[in-house]
Amino acid sequence: MTLPDLLFYVFAFLTLLFGALVVANPFSRNPVTSAMFLVLTICALAGLFVLLNAFFLAAVQILVYAGAVMVLFLFVIMLLDLKEEQRRKINLFGIVTGTGAVLGLGFLLMRTIWAGELEQAGNPRIIGDTKALGFELFTKGQFLLPFEIVSVLLLVAMVGVILLSKKELK
Amino acid sequence: MNVGLEHYLTVSAMLFCLGLLGVILRRNVLVIYMSLELMLNAANLALVAFSRFNENLTGQMMVFFIITVAAAEVAVGLALIVALYRKRQSAHVEDLTSLKL
Repeated sequence: MTLPDLLFYVFAFLTLLFGALVVANPFSRNPVTSAMFLVLTICALAGLFVLLNAFFLAAVQILVYAGAVMVLFLFVIMLLDLKEEQRRKINLFGIVTGTGAVLGLGFLLMRTIWAGELEQAGNPRIIGDTKALGFELFTKGQFLLPFEIVSVLLLVAMVGVILLSKKELK
Repeated sequence: MNVGLEHYLTVSAMLFCLGLLGVILRRNVLVIYMSLELMLNAANLALVAFSRFNENLTGQMMVFFIITVAAAEVAVGLALIVALYRKRQSAHVEDLTSLKL
């Protein structure tokens, strides 16, 4: 087993472990704990991105997700000042059917993925660094319109957030 | 056995299922929202893996746009949650059922 393969298993295990701890932490039901484990999940995912040669996306993942988005999450959690929520009565029917549905979906996905040989390049040499992505984004013309639309979308989101956060929501 | 596309897709599928489980089982709006982010990230992983093993950068461009849109979406969603909390004083989905018939 080569080093990248070993690293894949390490990062995959960490991603799934931290992801599980985001969803169901046996020690704490505090949203802050979930947010912290989400940060760790995202960092482990960035490791997987590096293994896939997507260096730019790994950096963006850490900067935007683990940095900006999670700070936003923590701000809101602390702003809301949630009380330690009392245990409510558990809806057993919901839990059983929900878990059943998710397990069914997972089984279906696994069967699909492992059904046969996937078409893939034997020894891929694609490097997703900043230069290659910038070239793809700006010179081929294929992504110029989406790029501009995304900038408008960010503006719309900004205005929308300011409107929503006003004291009186009309 | 060499690590190939299947392995990455397996991790992605499992992460997606975890996120879906969180959306279904958890009752706190904020944790549900974090589980949604988890599902989004699982899709990103699948796209990057496809991009690498098909020697095509389009998948990574897709992820670039997804991350941008997700950032905007998080901002709007959290603003909605704050506005909702101001009206109801609760971030618990079972208290937010005014749309229920």
